[in-house]
This record gives sequence, structure tokens and C-alpha cells, in this order.
Amino acid sequence: MRQSMTIRILSALDRKSWLALATFLALTLVAVPVLHLAVAPDSVFHVSAYAITLFGKIMCYAIVAVAMDLIWGYCGILSLGHGLFFALGGYAFGMYLMRQIGRDGSYQSDLPDFMVFLDWKQLPWYWSGSDSLWWVALLVIVFPALVAFVFGYFAFRSRIKGVYFSIITQALTYAAMLLFFRNETGFGGNNGFTDFKRILGYSITSPNTRLVLFGLSALMLALTLIFARWLVASKFGRVLTAIRDAESRVMFIGYNPLWYKLFIWTLSAVLCAIAGALYVPQVGIINPSEMSTANSIEIAIWVAVGGRGTLIGPIIGAFAVNLAKSWFTVSFPEYWLFFLGLLFIVVTLMLPHGLVGLWKTLRQSRGARA
Amino acid sequence: MREFLRKVIGIDPEKCSPEYRVGYSGKRRTLDLSHNVILYLEDITVSFDGFTALNKLNLAIDAGELRCIIGPNGAGKTTMMDVITGKTRPDSGTAFFGQSIDLTHLSEPEIAHAGIGRKFQKPTIFEQHSVFENLELAMKTDKGAYTSLFAELGDDERDRIADTLRQIRLDTQAERPAGLLSHGQKQWLEIGMLLMQEPKLLLLDEPVAGMTDDETMRTAELFVSLAGKHSLVVVEHDMAFIKELGGKVSVLHEGSVLAEGDLDSVQNDQRVVEVYLGR
Amino acid sequence: MIKSLLVMLLCVFCLPARAALDASLVRQLADEDSSRKVAAISALTQAADPDALRVFKAMDEDSLFLAGGKVVVIDGDQAFDAVTGVPLKAPDSPEPISVNNRIRGELANAMAALKLFDSDAGVRLASAQKLQSKAGPELAPLLARALEKESDARIKDLLTLAHAQANLANGDPGARLAAVKALAGSSSPSVKSLLLPLTDKSLESNTRVRYAAITAVKDIDGRMALTENLGRVFSGLSLGSILLLGALGLAITYGVMGIINMAHGELLMVGAYSAYAMQSLFRAYFPDAIDWYLPAAVPLAFFAAALVGVVMERTVIRWLYGRTLETLLATWGLSLILIQSARALFGAQNVEVANPAWMSGGIELMPNLTLPWNRIIIVGFALFVLSLVWVLMNRTRLGMFVRAVTQNRAMAGCVGVPTARIDTLAFALGAGIAGLGGLALSQISNVGPDMGQGYIVDAFMVVVLGGVGQLAGAVWAALGLGVFAKLLEGWAGAVIAKIVVLVVIIVFIQKRPQGLFALKGRFAE
Repeated sequence: MRQSMTIRILSALDRKSWLALATFLALTLVAVPVLHLAVAPDSVFHVSAYAITLFGKIMCYAIVAVAMDLIWGYCGILSLGHGLFFALGGYAFGMYLMRQIGRDGSYQSDLPDFMVFLDWKQLPWYWSGSDSLWWVALLVIVFPALVAFVFGYFAFRSRIKGVYFSIITQALTYAAMLLFFRNETGFGGNNGFTDFKRILGYSITSPNTRLVLFGLSALMLALTLIFARWLVASKFGRVLTAIRDAESRVMFIGYNPLWYKLFIWTLSAVLCAIAGALYVPQVGIINPSEMSTANSIEIAIWVAVGGRGTLIGPIIGAFAVNLAKSWFTVSFPEYWLFFLGLLFIVVTLMLPHGLVGLWKTLRQSRGARA
Repeated sequence: MREFLRKVIGIDPEKCSPEYRVGYSGKRRTLDLSHNVILYLEDITVSFDGFTALNKLNLAIDAGELRCIIGPNGAGKTTMMDVITGKTRPDSGTAFFGQSIDLTHLSEPEIAHAGIGRKFQKPTIFEQHSVFENLELAMKTDKGAYTSLFAELGDDERDRIADTLRQIRLDTQAERPAGLLSHGQKQWLEIGMLLMQEPKLLLLDEPVAGMTDDETMRTAELFVSLAGKHSLVVVEHDMAFIKELGGKVSVLHEGSVLAEGDLDSVQNDQRVVEVYLGR
Repeated sequence: MIKSLLVMLLCVFCLPARAALDASLVRQLADEDSSRKVAAISALTQAADPDALRVFKAMDEDSLFLAGGKVVVIDGDQAFDAVTGVPLKAPDSPEPISVNNRIRGELANAMAALKLFDSDAGVRLASAQKLQSKAGPELAPLLARALEKESDARIKDLLTLAHAQANLANGDPGARLAAVKALAGSSSPSVKSLLLPLTDKSLESNTRVRYAAITAVKDIDGRMALTENLGRVFSGLSLGSILLLGALGLAITYGVMGIINMAHGELLMVGAYSAYAMQSLFRAYFPDAIDWYLPAAVPLAFFAAALVGVVMERTVIRWLYGRTLETLLATWGLSLILIQSARALFGAQNVEVANPAWMSGGIELMPNLTLPWNRIIIVGFALFVLSLVWVLMNRTRLGMFVRAVTQNRAMAGCVGVPTARIDTLAFALGAGIAGLGGLALSQISNVGPDMGQGYIVDAFMVVVLGGVGQLAGAVWAALGLGVFAKLLEGWAGAVIAKIVVLVVIIVFIQKRPQGLFALKGRFAE
């Protein structure tokens, strides 16, 4: 009865889900580029550069939401530190983008502008290799993974859980934010990295580059979803939910929760970091405020709005909340925080299973009536 | 360096070596029953903020024995189980599983792998999982995180789960979420999970609390049938149930063993009567 | 009456006679060459004649003139002989004596030095203090004489220091050595900078003096480090007091209800804005009593924050008991609403809350250690609130109920404790204490809509470190954290200190997962 890996990954999603995913990929990889490049800008069907950047950004957020759902929805660990991993990924990739500016900065130096401003004569050692895309891509994954692993090892080993863990992760992120605010840290201080010019030699603002980044984000989101679906359907996933529901029982039947938690925690951090690396070239800036407490908690609300422990819910939540945000901050900037605050309260009080849960309940009640 | 790791970061370098992982390889620490004794507790003392929960407790369980532990509230029954399963570390004393496995230096999962299963006072099962999945998770197998990622049930494993389902009379409920079971059924499911672990020693904390008389009698039958192949330690207040089990009885009082023997002799022991009824 | 007139007359006639200055030196003041002028000033000062003060003052005010080979002081239409002080007929064509900046500096020093011989002890003290930082070698004999005459112990100490400083450049190694030894007892950074040149081989040839200077600098460094550290400990204590005020409320709400209130920082903000509101009220209606706005704001801060707390508890938190992670998110939502409300009410900018007059200034404990009053009062205020909470928790029925609910909610309910009402009251109490913390905070930091965010992480750390629901734990953790952070800040900077503190907490929790003062035994899961 042993099945091959391919079959098991294929069976991670049912037919309808594969169909939906294929439609999504067709839309993002074919339809959007065509509508952006081939349709006249004044046409109703034209997809604007603004829309592409916005949706590309939100797809990165959606990856983060799935990562958060894996650790929170399935393992019951609420992390308030995912903003950190997102930012670490973003900063790592930002280093490459800074190097790609070359001598086109305001000071026409080989060094990034902020280093010239600080009167530094050479790159700090941790910047070495940052002109190579491959090295940076490795860094995007390895460094956040290392941070998550070391922190997680000590936290989970001493059985810090529940709100304690949340608070410690919050403090970790806060400390990291302070560290990145310092000019001496070597990551641009307050202003972070911005004014990117090129990526692999291509102009970062050209429509083609934008579409490639957009497509990569879509592809990454799809892969994340498939992988996460496969993971939670495996025995590993069942142990995760078991840890969430009755950790002591899990220990007494012989599982060591440490390694399970550590694996999912590190994986979740890496997914965040990849999302961050895709996010930075699309948005064009990364600074320490990405690590603020507010950002990390907002990730949790995307997941809660969509529905915890459903994987698709968090994606819906990320889109819903962020679209609302971009609408509010343009139309009623002063009411956005009120709305967001209310959203936190209403979702936790009245929609414990999020939009997905609401939809299920509605369908069931309709089914019962029929 | 070793000292530094152990003291400051709390990593025991020895535990990092692969052969240490009890139950995965089991090379170094196989259960040694050469003296026909499965569990030794010697002079175990545990105190919390001045309150002595266990006071130089001595207890030995023979292989294949069915032992009942009784005692008034606060006698230290649950703390004793905590010590055996690694949840609580004793202040002093030794706890050995067989001749060679020192329980006071192992973690909870390691002890579970070594062959000790525990049922809690309050049934703890995975309420969101189905009955079948509960048993699947408990089944004796490699429980490392990496293995779990790619683990799949074989036919013989499905058969074993089916057998256990029948044994605990939940074969018709296999696909139901465990949280929907009745209290008595949850108790049975937890016992079933214990059996799936194939432990050498079963610790059962008030296994029949909340069961009907009929269920209680069936549980007694099950336990008696398990004895011999497994060793069982049962903590219970229900005297009828203990009588039905018919094993040796130990009376715990203020953290140490007050009396030991068959149920009749213990019940007639003057000191035991005093402890239960007060002077 | 006649007698006093007589005395006055006598004085008028006697003074000039007694206090006649060296005429040639006074004449030299009018010399063309600045250096000769300086020499004259110096020589006149050496004589330690208070009468020279009159001439110096006139010279400093540009009313010293040369008329017919005589130095005269011209004040309006009156003229005096500079040497004797006897009134003269106003001269026809007085030549002004030029005074450049160098001379002016010399004059200022000379006048200060001469004031050492004033009959008023207050003037002498002020003069001695002024000379502390600029006692040149030329003043040494003068200082020695002043020291001889002086009887006031405090002035004497200051003079000894000044004298030693003046002697540092003395040509005689013995005098220098004595001076260095006298200065070794100081703890002021300026004395240290005076001694530093003497530790240099190229500037000080005498080995014994150099060694003495090196030892002295070391001693002074030691004492300076001590006072600096004392200062840091104190600012650590005051930071700890703020943390304590923030964390006390949190410890109560978390201890009793097991919920994490992310809006706790915003309750601090409510308290701080209460101070601002009360200040505006006083400015508008009782400007005379403005200094008393702060005591008046104490009840307002408490009740305003408590009221917000009650509303929060009744509308949101009540429905989430037992779901700690959800409560965390919901209270975060509440905090966003509170921040935005503050922006709408008071504007997005920081508002200005002034210290009352009685809170400014400080106590000078040591030459470079001043304890500011506002921080002293905050420490005292924190102690006051702490004792109030202690009494409330341990000596009242409410406190007993609260402790009962903390330990075993179900059982407390069974024996008739109205748990729902206790929850509300405890939450209100915790919120009120946070309000008081905000009030204290308004006196030492900015008051703005998002001020609470910065303190909430620290307050949580205190609760984590102190253990849940433990007053004693919160106190030790808050003070310890405050002092530790400030001491670290001293040598590593604020950011690194924050990071180190965090790492220490994480390592600490490794060893004691339940905090400093944890419940042990079967109740501890």
C-alpha cells in the first residue's frame, strides 16, 4: 500500500482544489501579463502597474499567512515574531538589491549610500558575497532558519508555551527592531534599504521585471499551499494537531514535541523569509518598521479572519484585510485603525472559525433546511 | 566544555549521541528483567515548598504483576506516577525500570519508549482526531519527527488498530471525532491507546472513574487478561473493582507505603483502618 | 544718633588712610603694555587688600582713567583718587585706560580672589566655589593667606582644593607633591583633568610627583566610577518604579484572569493624558495653583483608566475567558482603537506636560551626582501605590476574593465568591494602577498617542520574569530589570542593553520556566 511521493503530493488536494489552483496560476501567469502588456492602458481590461504591485505584495502576505497558519492554526503556537523573519528575508535580499545599484547612488560610490554617509571605507564582513544572487538566495533561507532554530530550540526545550511564547517572540522582534534601527548595525538604520535600481541587471521598474516578480510570488504561493496541504495531511500533521490539543498525552505516548515544534517553527520562519525576499523588490523598500509589533500581530488577524487551521482561509484573510487596508488608507485614513481594531475584536468574539467557518456554517444550515 | 554545555545551556552531550535515544535503537538500554522485577522505587522523596508529597517511598513491582495502589487523597499516588513517567524529578532516591534503566534521568518521551504507558486521572485523548487516528498516533513505531513526515500505515498496522478497536469495543465508532465519545468510552479509548504503545508496564490512574458498573466489570476483565504479559499498576478508590482485579494491594499514606498484601489482609490492618476512618 | 554719626565720620576718614594701595602698582595699571597691566593686577591681588576690589571694579566698568599722571576713578561727575579713594575735583581731560578681553578675564579672577577676604561668609563661599575651576599658580600665595584666615569649615575645604590646584604648577616639586596629595581626595572630573598633565613624563619631570599624580588619578577615577554607578543605580530604580507601576496592574489582571492585556500600555496612555487634561484645566481656571495640578490628576488618572478598563472587560474580555491567545488579539484590537481615539481627541502630536515647580531641581549628593526630584518622587509614588495594592490584596475582603479566584476559580465560585464581579473589579484595579503609572510617566517622558507601546514589552518582561500573580515577584523583577538595564546602558548603550536584557530573560526562563516566585507542586502545570 506504500504510495509514491508524487501520488501522495497529488492526493494532498482534491480535484476541485487542483482545478482552482490551476485557474489561479493561469490567471496570474498568463492572463495578468497579457492584460498588462497587450491591452491599451485606457481599456477597462487593462491591469495597471499599481494593481500588479498591490496584488504581488498581498500574495507575499498570503504566503506569510499560510506560514502563520501552520504554526498557529495547526500547532497552537501563536507567534508574534513572524514580522522578524519576513523582514530578515527582506533585508537579506535587499543587500543584493543594494549592491545592484552599483555606482548609480547619490554618492557614486561602490558602497551603498548609507555607508558612504557613515564614512565607512569598506563593506562589513557580513556583506561579503552579497553581490551574488545565489549566495543571497541561500542567505534568505539559511539565516532566518538559523535564528528560528536556535531561538525555538531554547524556547521549546524549556517548554515555554501559550502566551509566554507569544510575548517572548514579541520581545525578540522588538529587540531586533531596535538593533536594525542602529546605524552601526550596517543595514541602513532608520531608512533601511531603498532606491533599488536593478535586479540581475534588469531595471526593477520595467513592466517585464514586475510581471516576473508577480508571477514568482504567485508560483511560490501555490507551492506553499500544496506543500502545507501535504504536510498537514501527513502523520506529522496529525501529531502537530495532537500537540495543540493535548501536549502531555503526546509526550506520554512517546513523541518528543520539541522536534515537531522546532521543525514547523523553522519551516514557518523560512516561508516568511522567502515571502519577505519576494516582497522587497516589488515594494521597493525595507526598513526596521517591518519588525514592529503591530505588523506581526496583523499577520495573526489575517489568519483569524480567514479561519485558522484551514490553510485556504488565511490566504482569503490576507487578501480581504489588505484590500480593505489599501481602500481605507486612501479613502478614510483616520478610520483604518478603528476598523482594524474592531476587526480584531469582532473576529475573536463572533467568528472563531473565520470566514471559512462562517461559510461552512451557512452551507450546513442551508443544507439542513433543504 | 562538557561541563559548560551541561550546566549553562543544559545540553547533555551524552544525550546527543545517537545510541542514547532509547527506543529508537534500544541498543544500550534494553529492559533487563533478570531478577523478575520490572520497577524499583527506592527511598523516593519529593517535596513542594515544604510539603512532602513522597517520603522515602519504597515500592517494587514484579514482572507481569497486577498491583493496586490505594490511599486517601494527598497520599502521593499521582506524584508517584509523575516520578515514574518523568514529569516530576525526585529530590532524592532512585527509580529503576528493570535492572538497568534509570528513570530519573530520562524525559517523558524516552520513558514512554522504554516501555511505560500512563493513563491520566482525567481522560486525555486527542479530541479533534478520530478514534482511529488516536490509536494510530499511539501505535508503537518510530516516533521521530522526520519519520512522521513520510510515515504511512501498512496493512498489518491497520489490522492491529482494528484489533484494538474491537478490544475496547469502539469498532463502530472508528471514524468519529474522539471528543464526541461518552466519558466511559473516552476512558476505554485511552486504555486502547495505551495498549497500542505495547508497554511493558501500564500505570493506570483511576481507570474506571465515571464508568457504569457493567463497563467497570469489563475493564476488570480486560486488566486481568493483560496481566502476565504486561505489568499493571492501578490506582483506584473503587474497592469492588480492586476486589475483581484480585492482585496485591499497596496502601499509600503520607508519601510512603503503609501496608502491602492481598485486599482482605490490608482491609483488616489496624493502621489502614485508622488512616481511612481517622482516630 | 550722634554716636553713630561719629562712627561714620571716623570711617570715612580712616578708611582711605588705612587702605592706601601701592601707588606705583596702581600707576602700572595704566601702562600701555597689557602684560604689565596683568602683572600689576596680579601684584595688587597678592596684597590681598580688599580695597583693590574698588579699583578693579572701576577698571572692569571702564571708569578708570589717567589724568595728569594720576590714576582716577570717574563715576558720573564725581572723581576719586584710585590709590586712596579720596574724592577729587573732576579732571579736565581724562584719558581712558584700555581694557581688552585678556585683562577682563584677569580682572574677574582677581575680583573673585579678593572676595575671599570679604567679611560676609556667603560672598567668600561663592568666591571659593568660583575659584575651584580656575585657580592659577599666581593665586597660590593669596589662597594660602585666605586659608589661614578662614574659619568656616566648608569654605576651608574648598580653599584647600583651590590652593592645591594653584600649586600644581609650582616650581618646587615638594609643593607640587603636596598639592597632588591634597587633590587625590577629590572626585570631580575637572580636578582629574588638572592632574592628567602631571602623569605625563614629558610634562612632569619629577618621578615622585608623577607617581603620586598617577595614583591620585586612579583614585579619582575609582570614586567617579562609583558615583556614576550610584547615579545609574538610582536611574535604574526610577525606571524600575515605572516598570513596576506598569507591571503591577498587568500582574493583577494576568494573575487573576489569566489573560494577557495588550491594551495595558494604552491604559498608561490614558493616565498620562489625564495629567495633561488636568494641567489644561488648571491653566484655564486656576493658573495660580498650577503647581497642584498633579496631585489633582491622581484620582482622575486612576478612575479614567479604571473606567476604560471596566468598559473593556464588560464588552470584550468577559467573553473570552480561558481563550488566552484570542484575548491577546482582541485586546490588541482594543489598543488600536484607544490609540486612534487619543489621536482624534488630542491630536497625533505629543502634548506637553510640565513638571510642577516643586518637582524640578534635585538633591546634590556628591559633586557629580544629583538626584532629580521628579525621579525621587516617582520612586516614592511607586512605593506608595505598591503598599496600597499590598494592603488591598492582603488586608481587605476584596483582596481575599481576588486571591481566591487567582488560585482556584471554580472553587472560589462554589464557596460563593461572585467571580464575575471580582473579575471586573480586579480588572478595573489593574487598569487604574496602570493609569497611575501613566501619570508618573507623563513627568519624565513624552506624552503621545502611542507612548504605551514602548512600555508594554518591558512590562510583560517583568511579569514573565516575576512569575504569574506574584506581587513580590513583580517588585523584584521590575527593580532588578530597571537597575540591570541602566547599569548595562552605561557601558554598552541603550539598544545593546535592551537586547542583552532580553537574552538574559530567555536564558533565565530556561532555568526557571515559571518565573522567580513560581507556584510549585501539583497546581503548577
